[in-house]
Parts: sequence; structure tokens; C-alpha cells
Amino acid sequence: MTVTDPSGAARAEGAGTAERRELLKVTGLVKHFPIRKGLLQKQVAAVQAVDGLDFTVREGETLSLVGESGCGKSTTGRLITRLEEPTAGKIEFEDRDITHLKDGPMRPLRRDIQMIFQDPYSSLNPRHTVGKIVSAPFHLQDVKPEGGVKKAVQDLLELVGLNPEHYNRYPHEFSGGQRQRIGIARTLALKPRLIVADEPVSALDVSIQAQVVNLLEDLQDELNLTYVMIAHDLSVVRHVSDRVAVMYLGKIVEIADRDPLYERPMHPYTVALMSAVPIPDTKRRHERERIRLQGDVPSPINPPPACRFHTRCWKAQDICKTQEPPLVELAPRHQVACHFPENAPAGTSDTPSGDVPPADPGSR
Amino acid sequence: MITYIIRRLVAAIVLLFVVSAITFSIFYLVPRLAGATPESLATRYVGRAADVETVELTAERLGFYDPIWVQYGNWAKGVVVGTTYDMGAQDVECPAPCLGYSFITRQAVFPELMDRAPVTFALAIGASILWLITGVSIGVLSALKRGSFFDRFAMIFALAGVSMPIFWTGLMALAFFSYKFNITAPGGSYTPFTQNPAAWAYDLLLPWITLSLLFSAQYARLTRAGMLETMNEDYVRTARAKGLVEKRVVVKHGLRGALTPIVTIFGLDFGLLIGGAVLTERVFSLNGLGNYAVQGIFANDLPKILGVTLLAAVFVVMANLIVDILYAVVDPRVRTR
Amino acid sequence: MSESTSTLREPAPGPTGDGEPFLDVRDLRVHFPTDDGLVKSVDGLSFHVHRGKTLGIVGESGSGKSVTSMSVMGLHKQGTANISGQILVDGTDVVGSSPEIVRKMRGKRMAMIFQDPLSAMHPYYTVGNQIIEAYRIHNDVSKDRARQHAIEMLDRVGIPEPHQRVDSYPHQYSGGRRQRAMIAMALSCDPELLIADEPTTALDVTVQAQILDLIRDLQKEFHSAVIIITHDLGVVAELADDILVMYAGRSVEYGTADQIFNEPEHPYTWGLLGSMPRFDRVRSERLLPIPGSPPSLINVPKGCAFNPRCRFADLNGDLSTTERPELVDAGHNHLVACHLPPAKRRELWRDEIQPKL
Repeated sequence: MTVTDPSGAARAEGAGTAERRELLKVTGLVKHFPIRKGLLQKQVAAVQAVDGLDFTVREGETLSLVGESGCGKSTTGRLITRLEEPTAGKIEFEDRDITHLKDGPMRPLRRDIQMIFQDPYSSLNPRHTVGKIVSAPFHLQDVKPEGGVKKAVQDLLELVGLNPEHYNRYPHEFSGGQRQRIGIARTLALKPRLIVADEPVSALDVSIQAQVVNLLEDLQDELNLTYVMIAHDLSVVRHVSDRVAVMYLGKIVEIADRDPLYERPMHPYTVALMSAVPIPDTKRRHERERIRLQGDVPSPINPPPACRFHTRCWKAQDICKTQEPPLVELAPRHQVACHFPENAPAGTSDTPSGDVPPADPGSR
Repeated sequence: MITYIIRRLVAAIVLLFVVSAITFSIFYLVPRLAGATPESLATRYVGRAADVETVELTAERLGFYDPIWVQYGNWAKGVVVGTTYDMGAQDVECPAPCLGYSFITRQAVFPELMDRAPVTFALAIGASILWLITGVSIGVLSALKRGSFFDRFAMIFALAGVSMPIFWTGLMALAFFSYKFNITAPGGSYTPFTQNPAAWAYDLLLPWITLSLLFSAQYARLTRAGMLETMNEDYVRTARAKGLVEKRVVVKHGLRGALTPIVTIFGLDFGLLIGGAVLTERVFSLNGLGNYAVQGIFANDLPKILGVTLLAAVFVVMANLIVDILYAVVDPRVRTR
Repeated sequence: MSESTSTLREPAPGPTGDGEPFLDVRDLRVHFPTDDGLVKSVDGLSFHVHRGKTLGIVGESGSGKSVTSMSVMGLHKQGTANISGQILVDGTDVVGSSPEIVRKMRGKRMAMIFQDPLSAMHPYYTVGNQIIEAYRIHNDVSKDRARQHAIEMLDRVGIPEPHQRVDSYPHQYSGGRRQRAMIAMALSCDPELLIADEPTTALDVTVQAQILDLIRDLQKEFHSAVIIITHDLGVVAELADDILVMYAGRSVEYGTADQIFNEPEHPYTWGLLGSMPRFDRVRSERLLPIPGSPPSLINVPKGCAFNPRCRFADLNGDLSTTERPELVDAGHNHLVACHLPPAKRRELWRDEIQPKL
């Protein structure tokens, strides 16, 4: 394994992460929630929350899962952390199959895989002091940190930018941003390798959001953390990610390194998603050409056949309704599941490749 | 919705079966554990003077020598298809639903229960209407005028109402209103509704008020809490933002939202009450189901107790079922689930 | 930008449109007495909106933006809030008028859409029922006529099959459609002022784009004055003509959208811009968050409320901690409340802030 650049450079150059070790590998991951009806509670259908995901996360990188509500990104996070039992597929952590590990064997692994939650208000027990909250993982895992629990907790508080003297305070004495820091300190207690962060900043105010985003980045550099970030804010995602997977109705439609994805999105859904993001720049108010998706995301109980996006796609042809497009690599480390991709390299599509501005899908 | 109701009905029947089995075991098993023999149990029915042979014969006839599940089976069979009691001289027919036969009063239990049920029903229905009206309106006003003199006074009243036992308030009410001022009927009066509705209402007025005092206090607190919550809901703000007059905002938007928990509690309370308002019936000497149960307990008359218990369980389970259906009526979100 | 059209009522300075503003808020103060002390949620706020124009009010939670909108609607419960100043809606002062007069204005002259349409609609009544109710408060028409109107409104906001959908309950709608229905309800009486409080925060991005389009189209069609309250600078950049930046219950900067985005002069506005990850480009540096957290509205810092978090507070001697800066015109009706001299502010923006964004 080659020594990687300082993380800043590594983040900028997606290729720099290519040689890192795979920490998490997910193949064919499926989660269906059964729907039962009638006198005998027979299963009549299933919510196809996650339906066949393949992706890998390399050590020290950030993979973001993006998509609209109901696309299965949060379920994916809960599957990786084994808070949900997968219906099918395989999850490997450091080459070890953890797909169906029972609670007992999973316990030591919980140190390595941790989760940060969205809501800093409901995820902290209001009756416990900060000290108790942050030290809980030590007690649960029966870990005796060097120098005692109290010292370890104070170090953690300091690490996330809180005053270590606030050890004995209660969560309600802190602001939303500080609470999120407490949650992060708890997550870091057992020195995890992989952190699944489910919308870690979306409940916070803009100025506080930036503080937490910076903190997460600093911690990643300092502790060589690997993140799976679940987020809907494409601006935040662009800022923090190395790789981005775009999900639609339980499937990954496009996965690529950050810059190619934002500069040359290939899947029509990605293009539409990006063109919908409002840009804080009045000069560009009239320049942008918008793709307005009509209607709503279909129900994951009865998703459209073949390509699930065809009901809302302006490029859809008959083949999209009958044949599911496979997730194929159209450019290096850039996989897309579409019969008629945008911005594809010459030869695979009618559209020329090139540096198209991100939010300008005018190339069609 | 239909399958939902059917499922709930099936569950209700299973629940009743379990309740009856447990009640049966308690009343038939506990005396044995305390050292009673089949003979000593039978003695109660034939009197102390009887000779050993008569006692054994009675114990045999009543099935006291059988194992408990056989006894329970016989009893349950009686409930479903009816049974015949072998009383030596003549057999006693006990048609379904046979809830047992009191060997002390020599009466089948079920017809007796049916005789007394109207009294309890009348008491429960009248009192519940009273307490719903007073409790809910006090609660609403309290919530709207939160922190005001009225609110504080109402909540102290509610606390007092909840804390004062009914046998005390009942006796005080009787002493003052019936015996001192002679404005209400004396204890023990009851006229069937079919005979004279006015007299019926006059006789029951004081029990109604006493019983509803207790409950309206609880309902005032419950309504107040619910209203305080719903009046802060976003949809109430929306209703105001439309320019709706405040009265409509409170009733149509606020109260409607606060009603769901009240419906739930009301169903349970009402179910329990028609199973026997023991204390109230005792205090006012009304011959309802509660008093019947008390008589059964004092006389150690197991079939009576068992009968009332099962009937009460039926009422509670039914009330629960009705509440669940009402829920779907009140809240459309439950309907489509 | 048109120059200030001086009128009899002399509207407060700020970006202007033509003629009389439809909404004119002057020196609004909303204080809530609590057990812990007086919460000064809004403390001396002035702004105005013309018909056909959109004002964006931007600020973090606790900045007073939602309290302001509630005051304009006259929705503060009597006795809980001490309100002073003037809120002139087409000349009628909401603050000084009787509750009954204000009630009759609500829904008819001014209407509001809220952040979370699921909780803002009553779960027990059908969508149609709720729109019909809104329409019949201010229009003396039969139920059938009102129902017809409700169907037309649902159709207008883009709900497919409005004839069937009118009888559905809010929970049977998707998030985007619920917000459309909410807008249909708000617009049912053709109000002249529409206040949208975080109208897209609870929605997905593609749906957000649809809703913003809808608000824009409807504004053109109805020629109404629109206030959009949000924490999302992207949303105001899309929609707003003028922008008011609020901090701790006061306006710190007030100007046209172009002024706020291209030549902002208040350090807090810089902070907001610096905190925001950019969607449209890769930022070379880390985000530049504002240190600390927003102040308590009971103990607002002395002097400039922003001074404990301001990187430039010490450039003013002790002025920042002793004297509250007034909102003054820095040229071209661009109002800024900051002690830094305008020239210094522009220099800082040009040399220190802008290159890092």
C-alpha cells in the first residue's frame, strides 16, 4: 500500500484514494419490509426499501449516499451498522462477512462501526450528564481507557471542541450544535474505524452546520476515520465527500468520485437532482436551465419495472420500461445505470463529453 | 376494516376465555390451597348439621372431586350450551348462557344478573353523560384561560374530586341533600325507567352527581392537558391564519384533536363502570351488579362472583372494541392504515 | 433600482418599489415576558414590501424571523406578547386594530404557508374541507360553490385529479402535494400578501424546486406581495427581490438581493455566506463558520449584538461593545447596521472575505 498524500490533497484528487484498502464492501444488498394484511396476516407485498446495492468504501474516504426521501439511504445506513437485518446480499467489513452476525459476535465490531444521528435533541438522554453519555460506550463494551474514564471523556470533549469542564452538565444546557458535538464525542469514544453519519448536520443552523462539517473533516484527518455520510443536501455532500452514490427507489443509479459526478453527471436523475438545487448567487438566477421533474417519487411498494426512473425521465424509451439498465462503468470509477446516459464519453451516447457546468444540463 | 373487526372479535373471545379461566382458578383453587377439602366446601351448601354421607354426596354432585380442568370444562360448557344441576330431589335446568347456579340462594346466576343490569346501566349512562359534559367543558375553559383564577380554582376542584373517596362524598351528599334538605331521593330508591321516567331520574340524580363528580374531575384534567397540547399544534395556528373565529378554532380544530385520548379513557371507564359501580351502589343501596358481587363475596357464593366477573370482563372487552372502532371514526389516519 | 419615491407617509428607508408599499413595518418590537426575563424576540425592525415584489427574510433560529411573520398576521395570543410599533397592511395598522378587524384581514388580505404541511393541516379533516372552510370564512357562498372553488384551486396548484383528491385526507398526500394544497388553501381568498415561512425546508430538493416555481408563477398571476422566510440563502437567491438579514431580533443588513449576495457589508452576512458549502463550485478552503452560537434573547450582548462572534469587533475600539449600531444607508438604499466605516467594510469584503468564498 502506498502512503497517501495529506488528506486535503487526497480529497481533491479522487484517484488518490483508489489505492487505499477496502474497509467496507457491500454486494447485492437487499432489504424488504413485509406488508401484512388480512385475518391471517399474510404477507401481501413488501416495501422494497433497498433493492440490490453494490459499493465499496475505502479506508479514510468519505462515501456519501444521496437521494430523496424514500430512496433507501437511511435504511442502507442502518443495514451497514447492522441495526437492521438484511433480506439478502452481503456486507463485508475488513474482508469479514458480517451480514448475519448475531448480537454476540457483532458486539466487538460495534466498536469499529459507529453511527451519528440527525437529531441532537432526541438522541441524547436528557437525564444523563454529558460525562455519563460520552462514557457509556466504555461501560457497554467494558473498556478501561488509559488514565481512567473521566480523563478519557474529557479528552474526547476537548477533541470535539467542547469545554472538558462541562463534564457534569446536562444536554439541555447545550445548544443544538454543541449537542451534536456531544453525540460525536460519544461516537468517537471507542476509536471507531467506520462512522455512518445519518444527516449529521441537517438539523443545525447554517453557521453551526459549518462548524460541525469542519469538525468532522478535522477528525477524519486526525483519526483516519472512514465515513459513510447519508445526506440530502447536495452542497454539503459536495464539500465533504470523496465519492458519491446517488440512490433512487432503493437502487444506486450512479456512483462516482465527487468531482466527475458534480461536473459531468451522467444519469438523468442525477442531472435533474442537481439542476433543482437553488444556488446562492443572484447573477445566475436567469442563466440556469432547469429540469423540472414532474410528479413525485413512486411508491417503493410497487416500484416501476425495469428502470425505476422511467416514469419521470424525459429520455425514457421503450427499452427503459422492459429492461433494467445494469450499473456499468462508463468512465474510470464512474458507474451509471442508464440506457441513455448524459455527458457520457464519446461513442456511448449522442451527447458530447466535455466540461459542462454542473447545474447546466443544456447539453441535451 | 371488516377483517380488522373480525380479528379484534376473535381476540376478544380468546381474551374472555383466558379471563374466565383465571377467575375460575382463583376462586376454585385458592380455597384448596388454604386447606379446604371437597367436603368442607360442600358443607357450605348443605349446612353444618348434615351428616358425612350427605356432605360427600353433595360434593360428588357438585363435582368437587373432579380435577380443576374438568370442573372448568363443565362450567365453560354451561356458559356455551347450558347445563343441568343434579340437586337430588329435582334437577335444575340452567339454559345457556349458564353462568352458574347459586346454591345458597338457589337461583341461577344469569337471570339475576339480567335483573340487576338495568340499574347499573342507568347509573353508568346518566353519570357518564354528566361527567362528559362538565369535565370536558371545565377542561376546555381551563386550558383556554390557563393560569387564570378560573383555571386554578377548577384544578383545585379537580384535585379534590379525584382525592375524595366516593363513599365519603356519597354519604355526605345523602346526609345533606336527601335527609337534611329533602331535595333528593333517599338511599335505596329506584324506579324502573319503563314505569316512571321522571321518578327514575329523580331517584338516580344524587348517585349520578356523586359518581360524575369523581369522573368529571379526572376528565377536566385530561381535557385540559389535551387542549393545552392541541392548541399549540400547527394546524390550530393554520386555522387562525385563515381568519377563523376563535370559537370555531377551539371547537372544530382544537377540541376535535384533543378528543382522541378522551374517547379511549372513556371507553375503559364506562366498561369498568357497567361491570359494577361497587362503591356507589353500596352507598346508595342500589341493587345493581356491583352490589350483587359484594353480596356474593360476603356469602362466599362463588358462582355469583364468577358470573359478575365474567360479565364485567365482557363489558370491558366490548368497550375496548368499540373504542378501537371509534378511533377509526375519529381519526382518518387509523382508517387507512 | 428606482430611487426612493418619497410619499406622505415617508416609508422607512430601504430598497423600494413603485408607489406605496403594501406592507410597511415600522420599528416593530415584540417582547415576551417570561419567568426568566423579558425575551426580546423582535426589537426595532422596519421593512416594507410592494405588491408584485418578494422580500426574503434570512436568519438563524431565534433571530426573530418567524415571530415577525406571526406579528404581521396578528397571530400572537393577546396578553402573551408586548407588541409595539406599526404594521401597516395597505394602510391598516395590525398592531393598533381590534382583534376582530385583524381576524377579518387574515386569510383575505394576508395569508401564510407554513414549514411542515403535515402538521399544519388538520389530520382529521379532508383537504377539501379545509380549503372550503378557508374560502367560506371570507366569502358568503354555498358549500357546493366553495367546493367547486377548492377543486379549481387544487387544479391551479398542480394537483392531478383534483375532483377525487379534494376528498382525501392530508396524510394521503405526498409531502410535495401537501405543500401545494397548503398553498391552495392560503391563496383561496386571493390575498394580496403571502407570507411563506420556510415553505420548502421539509421537502426534497426536486419538490422544493417545483414549489418555488409555483410560488413564483402564482405571484406573477396574482400580483401579490410575498415574504419568504428561510435560513437557506439559495432559496432567497432564487426568489427574492430584496433581502433582510436578521440577527437577534434586529435587521443587520437590508438591501436588494444583488447587494446582499454580491456586495454584502455586514460581517454576519459574510459569516452566513462563508458557512455555506457551495454546490456550484469546489471551495479551495475549509468552510468559514461563525464562531460561537446565537445569543440568548434575554441577555442580548451590549452594543452590537453580534460583537462576541464578530472577527472585526475590535477594529472599532470599544464601540462594538458599548453602542448599538443603527441601521443606516450605506448608499443606494443598502442599509447596514455596523460600526465599521463603509469604506473599511468594502475593503474587507473585497480583500479578505470574497476571495475565500
